[in-house]
Amino acid sequence: MAMADATQDDVQVGNTTDKRGRLVTSDGTPLRRALERSMRRRKLTAFMLVAPLLAFILIFFAFPIAQMMWRSVDNPQVVDALPRTLDALEDWDGTGMPGEPVFAALHADMMDDLDRPRREQKIGPLGIRLNYELSAARGAISRTARQVPNFEAPFADAFADAHRLWGQPELWRVIKREGRPLTPAYYIAALDREYDEAGSIVKRPENRQIYVNLFGRTLALSVAITFMTFLLGFPIAYYLSILPMRYANLLMIAVLLPFWTSLLVRTSAWIVLLQQQGVLNTLFVNIGLVSDDNRLDLIYNQTGTIIAMTHILLPFMVLPLYSVMRTIPPSYMRAAKSLGATPSTAFRRVYFPQTLPGIGAGGVLVFIISIGYYITPALVGGQSGRMISNEIARHIQQSLNWGLAAALGSMLLVGVLLLYWLFNRLVGTDSLKFG
Amino acid sequence: MSMPAYYTTKDKIWHYAFRVICYSIFFFLLAPILIMIPLSFNAQPFFTFTREMLTLNPEGFSLRWYEDFLSSASWRRSIQNSFIIGAAATVISTSLGTLAALGLSRSEMPYKGLIMGLLISPMIVPLIISAAGMFFFFSSINIAGTYLGVILAHAALGVPFVVITVTATLVGFDHSLTRAAANLGASPTRTFFKITMPLILPGVISGALFAFITSFDEIVVVLFVAGVEQRTIPREMWSGIREDISPTILAVATILVLISIALLTVVELLRRRGERLRGLSPQ
Repeated sequence: MAMADATQDDVQVGNTTDKRGRLVTSDGTPLRRALERSMRRRKLTAFMLVAPLLAFILIFFAFPIAQMMWRSVDNPQVVDALPRTLDALEDWDGTGMPGEPVFAALHADMMDDLDRPRREQKIGPLGIRLNYELSAARGAISRTARQVPNFEAPFADAFADAHRLWGQPELWRVIKREGRPLTPAYYIAALDREYDEAGSIVKRPENRQIYVNLFGRTLALSVAITFMTFLLGFPIAYYLSILPMRYANLLMIAVLLPFWTSLLVRTSAWIVLLQQQGVLNTLFVNIGLVSDDNRLDLIYNQTGTIIAMTHILLPFMVLPLYSVMRTIPPSYMRAAKSLGATPSTAFRRVYFPQTLPGIGAGGVLVFIISIGYYITPALVGGQSGRMISNEIARHIQQSLNWGLAAALGSMLLVGVLLLYWLFNRLVGTDSLKFG
Repeated sequence: MSMPAYYTTKDKIWHYAFRVICYSIFFFLLAPILIMIPLSFNAQPFFTFTREMLTLNPEGFSLRWYEDFLSSASWRRSIQNSFIIGAAATVISTSLGTLAALGLSRSEMPYKGLIMGLLISPMIVPLIISAAGMFFFFSSINIAGTYLGVILAHAALGVPFVVITVTATLVGFDHSLTRAAANLGASPTRTFFKITMPLILPGVISGALFAFITSFDEIVVVLFVAGVEQRTIPREMWSGIREDISPTILAVATILVLISIALLTVVELLRRRGERLRGLSPQ
């Protein structure tokens, strides 16, 4: 700062300098400050234009998602319901049974809960929460809660009589472990892990491993769909790019019409075509390809998901590929051929490398969209074509395990954002265009 | 593309084979959508062509599924809902989005990349996650299962399309025009409505169209946030497909395809007009 001032002191600009020789505007403010102020004002104007939308998106989009992600670690149930029990458990080392004071505290906590208005009772949510960690815990809690007013000391025996789980250290370990306001438990479950008796994290038994496989299947299906769109998209993008503009625009309708058609329309179209009594199977039977009682299962499985989603996402591959291919001068291929390359060498070594940005853009785009796809797998996927989104929806709407849904959703979201970041590095959002 | 005279037989085979491949892929793209149109006139409740249809016997065709669609109270309400929600969401996302695009295209805008990323995120985040987040949040502020809730949710989803389209239009915008207007004494508001707005109008309209289509076609958020009262056309189709699959959905689908053809035409015309106005030669 001082140095800048010193250099400016040397500048002599007639009567537009002040006593110390600094440049000033006509009303006497130093020019530097006037410029800074004007710049600040312009920045503020620009920001004020964006501010309403920014506030809208932050409140109704970003905040809800952040709140949902928070659910994946939020763990208030045990802390709220059993404050005294947790205090008393403080000294318990997790082996053997906790002592009588702990049972007395549990009794006091449960009695407290009975005094609360029905809607604020904490024991119900506690049972649900503990059941995620230990099946039968919910039953133990609700049965005990009904009998608790009749309990008399010694409480340890009374509780053990009400439900056998109270007499086992397992339930107590869970209560102590989950008696913290934040928990990694939902992520542990989402990764098909669980705690063993010693409290370390181990893999679940084979038959209860669901989510890692489902993530794997989602990835595999997305890769397959991306590859299929590439396989089908590359030739037609190339063909469109070598056609004269008039014909290309006309044929482009074939790509744009599906793009603009309702997703549910396209999905139901595939149901119509692929189902057992549908158009394709009937056609196959009529031309004698398959027999009538042997109709093909083309839908409500992975095949259905892949076919329908390839069709739905193909435009997202063709459009970026086409816009890149249009810019490749045909003279490069001709030059390669005149220098003696065979058509396939010229294509492989000269043309194809130039289409890579388009392949990257289209590929990442299709992959990002398909990895989080919900509707089509839900309608045509059956059991084997389900993807991770369907499982998230199931936990929100049916099993009501919102913490687990949030953990699965957060993992999916982080994956998608990483891919998007990669997409941005590869091509930049500026190249996104619609229609 | 005529074939060059020097092509060998192999070249010729490849030339035709490549075209056959390409046209089969175009067929794959269009056929599933177009095949629903004749099937929607089926007189029988089947999803396949009956013998009468194939022999073009008039008895094989009927308008009963269209009648079904138009006479059903729930379908009629879903049409109404789709238009109410779509229109309201479009107004919100287009007005806020256009303002924001004007700010974002100024060179002095601070944190441009970060803000742009945030505003585009509704397009990137998987719908199931947006829907789940909105479901929890809207329930907690008691607007889940209301028109307001669905409209706000759809407005958020439409924002990226408006922002991207309008900023793209503003890239070719000649800022000396607004300076000239200011120089001639026009207020910033007057400059906006008389100079800027007419020039970026094609971009704004196509952004609005995208926002409308997004809402019109949206189903995941509707599944989570809307109640029975707010069922839209896609929501009604969803039930139609899951519960009683009847050719009525084919009639609806046909109407929707016709609407998308109309919209596609409008967008294309707008794009050409925009390029002409900004002095770019049409491609």
